[in-house]
Amino acid sequence: MTLAEKILAAHCGKDRVSPGQFISAKVDVVLSNDITAPIAIREFKKIGVKKVFDPAKVIMVADHFVPNKDIHSAEQAKILREFSREQGSIFFEVGQMGIEHVLLPEQGLVVPGDVIVGADSHTCTYGAVGAFATGMGSTDIASAMATGEIWMKVPPTIKFVYHGKAPKWVTGKDFILHTIGDIGVDGALYSAMEFTGPAIDKLSMDGRFTMSNMAIEAGAKAGLFRVDNKTEAYLQNRAKRPYTVYEADKDAEYAQVIEYDASKIEPQVAFPHLPSNTKPISKVGDIKIDQSVIGSCTNGRIQDLKIAADILQWQRVHKDVRCIIIPGTQDVYLEALRAGYIETFIRAGAVVSTPTCGPCLGGYMGILAEGEKCISTTNRNFVGRMGSTKSEVYLSNPAVAAASAILGRIANPEDIKE
Amino acid sequence: MKLSGKVFKYGANVDTDAIIPARYLNVSDPDELAKHCMEDIDTEFVSKVSKDDIIVATTNFGCGSSREHAPLAIKTVGVSCVVAKSFARIFMRNAINIGLPLLESAEAVDDTDAGDVLEVELESGKIVNTTKNQTFTAKAYPEFMLELIEAGGLVEYTKRKISAKG
Repeated sequence: MTLAEKILAAHCGKDRVSPGQFISAKVDVVLSNDITAPIAIREFKKIGVKKVFDPAKVIMVADHFVPNKDIHSAEQAKILREFSREQGSIFFEVGQMGIEHVLLPEQGLVVPGDVIVGADSHTCTYGAVGAFATGMGSTDIASAMATGEIWMKVPPTIKFVYHGKAPKWVTGKDFILHTIGDIGVDGALYSAMEFTGPAIDKLSMDGRFTMSNMAIEAGAKAGLFRVDNKTEAYLQNRAKRPYTVYEADKDAEYAQVIEYDASKIEPQVAFPHLPSNTKPISKVGDIKIDQSVIGSCTNGRIQDLKIAADILQWQRVHKDVRCIIIPGTQDVYLEALRAGYIETFIRAGAVVSTPTCGPCLGGYMGILAEGEKCISTTNRNFVGRMGSTKSEVYLSNPAVAAASAILGRIANPEDIKE
Repeated sequence: MKLSGKVFKYGANVDTDAIIPARYLNVSDPDELAKHCMEDIDTEFVSKVSKDDIIVATTNFGCGSSREHAPLAIKTVGVSCVVAKSFARIFMRNAINIGLPLLESAEAVDDTDAGDVLEVELESGKIVNTTKNQTFTAKAYPEFMLELIEAGGLVEYTKRKISAKG
C-alpha cells in the first residue's frame, strides 16, 4: 500500500484498502474557518445532535476576514466564537490566531498518521507531516463534527520523484509550480500525490508545507511526504498527541510515477489566470508590477520571511510598488521581529500586517484595481482572485516576490545588486 | 426525476472564485449568494437564467476553493443540474451533499451549445438535447453516492446513520 492507503486503512479498521474503495474513516481533526464554519454550524444543527463528537478534535480558526473587516464578517466570526464556547471546542481568538494552515502544524495540533478533514481546500497542507489531510465543504464538516467519521473514496496515488540538487533561489514553491505546470490544474484530480526523492530529503519543513499546500491546485485530494528526521525534529516539543508513523510499502502500487531533475528547475512564475500557466524566471520578460504580496498559507512561514528579508535588506521597495508582507501566525511574527526581519521590511518601505488570509482571496488588505498587476507568493491566480476581474496575479516564491518589489518588475533575485 | 432547461455553456476550469467571488463570502445566506452567481465570468448570467436551466462546461468544473457557497449559489439561482466533462473533487462532494445533481458526459458537452434545451433523467443518466435531437448517457454514480442522493443529501444520510446506531 502507498502512504495514503496505509493511513486510510488504519482509520477504517481494515488491513487493506485499494483505490476506488468507499470507506468511512475516523477523523483526528475537523477544521473550519470564518467563511465555511457558519454553514457547517447551520448544517450541524440540522443533523440534530447536541454535542460535537470530541471537542478536543474540533478546531475553528477565523482567519479569512479577521480582524473583522466589516459588520458581516464580524457576525460570521461571532458564530464561530459562540459555537466553540458552547461546545468547549478549540477556537483561536484574535491575538492567538494565525492563518489556519500555518497555525495548526506550528501548534502541534496535526501529527503524522492523522486523518484530517477541513472546510478549506488548502487543508492538504498537513500532508507535509505525513498526515492524510484533505479539504471538503461545510456539510461534510458538519457531518464529521457530529459523527467523528467521514465517507471517502480511497484515491489512487501518483508518486513524484525529485532527483538532484535544487539551484540557488529554488524552493518548494518552485518544485510544486513546476509540477503543476507540467501536469495541469487537473493533472492529479481525485489522486493523492506522494513527494519523494533526494531533493525532497533536503527540502526544509517550510518548503514541504508549501508543496503539500498546493496539491489541490493540481486537483489532488492530498499531498503527502514520508516522515524523516526533519519531520521528527519539527514535531519535537510541538506535537500535542502521540502519533504513528506510516511508510509506503516497497511494492506499493502507484497509478503513475513522475520524475524531475531538480537541478534543472528555475524559480517559477505562474502567469494569469491558472497556477499551471508557469514559466521559468528566465522566460518571463518585462512585466511591470503594482503590488507584491509575501505571505499566505502557502508562503507565510519563517523561512519565507527570512528569504524576503535577506533580499530586502538595505534595499528600497520601488516607488511604484506596494509591498505587503504578512507573517502567517503570531509566533512567526514574533520570530521575524526578534530576527530583525520586520525592521528590514519597514525600512525598505513594505507594510507588515497581522496574520490574515486577506489579500490572497481578494478579501481585504491589498485589493487590486482594474489593470493592476501583482506578484504574489499565494496559491491562486484565477480571474478576479485578488480584486478587479481586470487585474492580474502572478504566483512565485518569496525571493522572486521580494526582488520584484525592489525592481518594480517581475525579477530574478539574481538581478538584485548588493 | 426529469429535469429540463436551457443551456448556459462555459469552458474548462470554471473555478469557485468565478462561481461565487470571495468578496461576497462575508455572508452565508443562499439568496444573497445567488445574486452574484457566475458574476466574474458572465455578468449577464443572473439576469438571464430561469428556473431549471442547466449549466454545461468542459473539464474540472468547480476547481479551487472548498466553499460550499459555490454549489449553493448555483442551486439557489434555480439551476437544475450541471453537466460537465469532469468536476473538481471538492465541488462534486459539496454538490451531492446539498442536492445539486451533477452529470459527467464528454459527448453531451461537445455536442451541446449555449441556448440548446436539455432534458435529463437523473436515475438513468439519460441526457436528451431536444434542440438537436441527440441522446447521451452520463457516467453512472457509484452505489454509495446513489445512497447519499436518495437519502436527500448528507445531512439526512447522517441523521439516518445516527438514529440507526441508536
